Amino acid sequence: MDKINLIIDHKPVQVEPGTSLLKAAQQVGINIPTLCYLHLEDLNIENKPGGCRICVVEVSGRRNLAPSCATVCQEGMVVKTNTMRVLNARRTVMELILSDHPFDCLICAKSGTCDLQKTAQDLGIREIHYKGEQSHYKEDRSPSIIRDMDKCILCRRCEMMCNKFQTVGALWGINRGFTSVVAPAFEQDLVKSTCTYCGQCVAVCPTGALTEVDNTNQIIRALANPKKTVIVQTAPAVRAALGEEFGMEPGSLVTGKMVSALKQLGFDYVFDTDFAADLTIMEEGTELLKRLTNYLNGNKEESLPILTSCCPAWVNFFEEYFPEMKDIPSTARSPQQMFGAIAKTYFADKIGVDRKDLIVASIMPCLAKKYECQREEFKTDGNPDVDYALSTRELAALIKQSNIDFLSLPDADFDKPMGESTGAAVIFGTTGGVIEAAVRTAYEVYTGKTLERISFEELRGMEGIRHATIDFNGLPINIGIAHGLGNARELLESIKAGTCNFHAIEIMACPGGCIGGGGQPLHHGKSGVITARQKAIYQEDLAKPIRKSHENPYIKELYTEFLGEPLSEKSHHLLHTHYFDRSKVKVVIPKTK
Amino acid sequence: MSSIKVELHENQVNELVEVCKSFSNDPFELIHVLHKAQSIFGYLPAEVQEIVARELKIPVAKVYGVVTFYSFFSMIPKGQNPISICMGTACYVRGAEKVLEEFKRKLAVEVGETTKDGRFSLNCLRCVGACGLAPVVMVGDKTYGRVSPDGVQEILAEYM
Repeated sequence: MDKINLIIDHKPVQVEPGTSLLKAAQQVGINIPTLCYLHLEDLNIENKPGGCRICVVEVSGRRNLAPSCATVCQEGMVVKTNTMRVLNARRTVMELILSDHPFDCLICAKSGTCDLQKTAQDLGIREIHYKGEQSHYKEDRSPSIIRDMDKCILCRRCEMMCNKFQTVGALWGINRGFTSVVAPAFEQDLVKSTCTYCGQCVAVCPTGALTEVDNTNQIIRALANPKKTVIVQTAPAVRAALGEEFGMEPGSLVTGKMVSALKQLGFDYVFDTDFAADLTIMEEGTELLKRLTNYLNGNKEESLPILTSCCPAWVNFFEEYFPEMKDIPSTARSPQQMFGAIAKTYFADKIGVDRKDLIVASIMPCLAKKYECQREEFKTDGNPDVDYALSTRELAALIKQSNIDFLSLPDADFDKPMGESTGAAVIFGTTGGVIEAAVRTAYEVYTGKTLERISFEELRGMEGIRHATIDFNGLPINIGIAHGLGNARELLESIKAGTCNFHAIEIMACPGGCIGGGGQPLHHGKSGVITARQKAIYQEDLAKPIRKSHENPYIKELYTEFLGEPLSEKSHHLLHTHYFDRSKVKVVIPKTK
Repeated sequence: MSSIKVELHENQVNELVEVCKSFSNDPFELIHVLHKAQSIFGYLPAEVQEIVARELKIPVAKVYGVVTFYSFFSMIPKGQNPISICMGTACYVRGAEKVLEEFKRKLAVEVGETTKDGRFSLNCLRCVGACGLAPVVMVGDKTYGRVSPDGVQEILAEYM
């Protein structure tokens, strides 16, 4: 089809048919403000309700102002984006939004990263000319997410993520007119809803309406307590994103600086969740091979595929929506929980500290981890294996509070033994990474041969659902990968329907995997941020001297000294778990495209 | 799960499931299904919304969103004789408000409530399309035109 020619602010623009005025303007360096609009291009995620009207522009020949996000370019259009009429309209819209918005910006959790605040500043709002009723809602606190709907501007980004992308269906717009709000069914609390705590609603909320539970004060208190030994683990995706909180380019790897900062904060030992990721591969990989061998030997009771179980939002999802399939996922605990279990037994014994005096903190790109560490099955006599799970954003806040000049920090190394890891563990942070790590180990264990190439490009990418066949010395192993719970649902439905021929499937709840997690620095609608983090993760993998989990010397030592072998009785007790039927409403939502 | 626990009759639930089937369990027919559901149960308690969600394979939060959007749908049980006062423009200018006040006084309920004996419930609606008869009152499916406050007692008497 022919390209469309139009003029925006006196500049000629040529675009593909179907392009919105907003995108066309961006092509010629004109950034029209938006609030409800969200487009993560590489991930095919779009929210375009045309509801907030902040992006209105003047189109000649049209009587009304047009929302540029939802107006398609037409041949010969003459568009003006900054006339007095447009600016006045935008200010009026913003003032009306702010007339029903709390004025506690100075102490709001989103201050400084709030899209509403930034847009109001950009529009030069210095006075609100409208006074009216203000909405008041009860604050809703779940283990992971806080909903403060007084701050909701009804952009519906959260609703789109929760329903269209995740197919979780916990949030929906209810009521009409002034009493409209986004809420779970029957306005109940999130804990009673189908919420998986994936945190993607928080990741896209343009205001302080949806935020994470803040655990920074508990950490400060624990660090100040001389009776406690406080150790920390950092998830792989954190090091590829933390720098953004300090103004660094997306994709900057800050592993060394992060370790320095944690040591300066006063943690007694700075360890790595990557160590536990290697351990996960030992357990999950062995489980995969055991199930695969049983299956190939014709054991009718063995079912495949095996599904990964590292992602806590994904675990919550299948417990809610597919409880009848709860025997399919691997029983391996997530790396966070494996770390906690080993830290409070093996490591606590090593340093002669009682588990009650050992505080395990984790830095996670994830909000569901906060819920996961509170699960009853991960406690011993009421004492949790992991005491507090903080997001990447919370770590940045801790660093800032403690007067640490992050950018000038020297690189430091993780402590031993639980800080040592391989490249296979690092890639747990991205979609495709867990299964690639599993393949690296499972191949060598199964075939007894050394891998000629360690990187499996065929498992990488950003497509929502991917598949590849890996040759295990003549035995083709079919692998499926999904990120985003809507994509996961599609794969689960195909397993249920019996149309799936995968041996193993990796699932991560968030777009791009953990690098796009709900606890990461906000991407503000730029999917390039997430792809840059993915590049950084693979870069770290390449730089590692050891890139296969089973070659990690400290993992070998852990098995020799303590666990025995993968799937041993001790391993089962400490590193594996079981799942529950948590379905509240027996509803299956088909994926909308 | 809903906090309010309501005992639903099995035959009513079966009827609702049949209604959903008659609409091919199509999620786009949600409003029609809810309309029928309300006529079966008299109102739409959380349990009914959960059944609709399950049958149409949509989130219950979405069903609740639609139920709370349209004033026609109610989560409060209707009386045996649901009274609706039209508050459309024509009825309003011809004195619907006074008629409403009289109903409120006689029944001792507010709009959206049901009398203690469960006999009457009182609601307002916007235009039933009979503006020539303004002000209009509906009791169940029966329509009363040119109602004056004086005529309220006479209407109620029919159902006592």
